[in-house]
Amino acid sequence: MKTTFLAAVLLLGGVTAGCVTINIYFPAAAAEKAADKIIDDIWQLKQGAKPQPDLQGEAK
Amino acid sequence: MKAIARLSLWLFLSALWFSPLALAAADLEINTPAITSLKQGMQQRHAELSGYYASGAVGLTRDGLVAVRDPAAAPLAQRQMMNSLVTAENQDRQALYREISRANGHPEWEDEVRSTFAQRWISKAAAGWWYQNASGAWTRK
Repeated sequence: MKTTFLAAVLLLGGVTAGCVTINIYFPAAAAEKAADKIIDDIWQLKQGAKPQPDLQGEAK
Repeated sequence: MKAIARLSLWLFLSALWFSPLALAAADLEINTPAITSLKQGMQQRHAELSGYYASGAVGLTRDGLVAVRDPAAAPLAQRQMMNSLVTAENQDRQALYREISRANGHPEWEDEVRSTFAQRWISKAAAGWWYQNASGAWTRK
């Protein structure tokens, strides 16, 4: 009885800690991936997405 | 005893409910309308800014923004234009970091998003561009 209760308390603690971990820590790897994707878009680093409409500048 | 069994079942079910959130945490949300429109604006501005990066007039700062590094590297007639491009770019960058942290439900992540971007902008910069190193000194890539 006592052991079951202890197990339940430990489980509760574990689940709570798990949820808090998911929500509080900054996901550094995911942020890096997101940053890379956004920077590639803004600086047009990945070729093939769409050609730069920069013909006017070159015509001069 | 029965209550404990019920409690365990409830905990198990709530853990199941949370697991999609854990999976969602693997990727950050970056496809909101606000982020998309900031990206478009910055992409267009980059066509004008890239010349200033290359000449060294404008550099990448260590806090994820851009700054006029050497005004003399730009023709006098262009300096006003360059300054306003830098101001506009920084406004968009600040808004981008804010929007990313907000879109993911954590406005308090803004500073960490900013420092992640600071590192990535610099590591993706082209050779010859200037950036601030960790101690704030201008360095040529």
